[in-house]
Amino acid sequence: MSDADIDANNLQTPDSSPSAWQKSRERLAAFYERHRDNPIYLSVLLGGFCLICALILASSHLATLEPIALRQKEDLQSSLAKVIPAALHDNDLVKDAYALKAADGTETMLYPAYRNGAFAAVAYQVSAVGYGGPILSLIGVDKEGSLLGTEVLMHTETPGLGDRIESSRGDWIKQFTGRSLGDPEPEKWKVKKDGGYFDQLSGATITPRAVVLSVRNGLQFFKAHQEQIVHCPKGICEEGSGS
Amino acid sequence: MTKSYREITLEGLWTNTILFSQTLALCPLLAVTGTATNGLGLGLATTAVLVASGFLISLLRNFIEPEIRIPAYVLIIAGLVTIVDLFMNAYLHNLYKILGLFIPLIVTNCAILGRAESFASKARVLPSVLDGLMMGVGFTFALILLGAVREILGSGTLFAGASLLLGPSFSFLEMTVIPDYSGFLILILPPGGFIMLSLIIVGKRMIDNQFEKARQMDDDPIEPVGKQITI
Repeated sequence: MSDADIDANNLQTPDSSPSAWQKSRERLAAFYERHRDNPIYLSVLLGGFCLICALILASSHLATLEPIALRQKEDLQSSLAKVIPAALHDNDLVKDAYALKAADGTETMLYPAYRNGAFAAVAYQVSAVGYGGPILSLIGVDKEGSLLGTEVLMHTETPGLGDRIESSRGDWIKQFTGRSLGDPEPEKWKVKKDGGYFDQLSGATITPRAVVLSVRNGLQFFKAHQEQIVHCPKGICEEGSGS
Repeated sequence: MTKSYREITLEGLWTNTILFSQTLALCPLLAVTGTATNGLGLGLATTAVLVASGFLISLLRNFIEPEIRIPAYVLIIAGLVTIVDLFMNAYLHNLYKILGLFIPLIVTNCAILGRAESFASKARVLPSVLDGLMMGVGFTFALILLGAVREILGSGTLFAGASLLLGPSFSFLEMTVIPDYSGFLILILPPGGFIMLSLIIVGKRMIDNQFEKARQMDDDPIEPVGKQITI
């Protein structure tokens, strides 16, 4: 213990307390001056920053986990409502969703619509690679295999050109409504530039081509599994009713 | 650092703008400014983060030792952007669906780190916040200008999709400048962004030169004559 320490401890009069406080402050400042270049101090400081940041991030993640899941469910429901008219069903599409396993092992999430317990329509996602990456769409198909609606969920196409496939940015996507694999005939399921039935977008051909392809593949998927989807509620076939 | 608020404002809006003078943040710029609306979206999101990071970094500037300042700034900015991202997704979901695309671009935006390093780390809180705001506003104007030029020449419209970003009451902004325009594709694609940006920078330099000349003539009308003699 140094002399300064003893002095500070012995002088316990009331008017000396600010000076003791000042001394400890000075000592702290001196300590800081001596060690501020020390790599250990810097590591601890940076580590402390990381820790505080991690804590704040973790707590905001936890705080927003539930609302975000809720918003995503709402998004899904509003997209589903655009491809399957509300009048067609009386069930909760998201609640009744099930995964259908195709012969090649891939699973597709199906959102079936029932009215009075009878199958009315089904919605599921289809995708194809466009100009800027995969284009994810949702299609609604009735029990005869006609399209009830198509909605682009996610894409990375060129803003101002390819993004007109979105229903909020144009009517292009609406031309699929009412179409089926026989209307137009299968070889006409192309954009007009390729000799098909569907309009392309001016300045963007690759994007509409991909959407047309993905919708056609989606309809072929329905055709291939029609028996199972229509007659096996929730994907579980009853004895004798399934294939 | 002693800069008057007027100087800070002027630097952010004209003399030292992020885009046209520092030429930072080019990566999100080229991807996003195909339309004026997207430029506005990125500009608003960047402004918000610039103000918040200026505030935080200026507040913490005495604790962050110079040796560790870069990782600390990156940490603060990335953490801030992630928190904004999460809360916007949870509570401003409709806005998030449009602006959400731009938010990850901000994390890697060197303009924000640049302001943290060159201004907020040396200045008091209020000037730092003002600097963030003015740099952000200047950046937003630049993005809108670039987006508008590219959109008009590239697809013949202006502010397409503005009502999606700002709400239906702003649908009056959306207009078709050139009807039945078939589009000039390269201006919408990233190379068009570079070309337009360079042309705008040329324009700004020319204006600056004019100002400079006018100022010199005002200051001292005799001096140019003296200079001419030495040549």
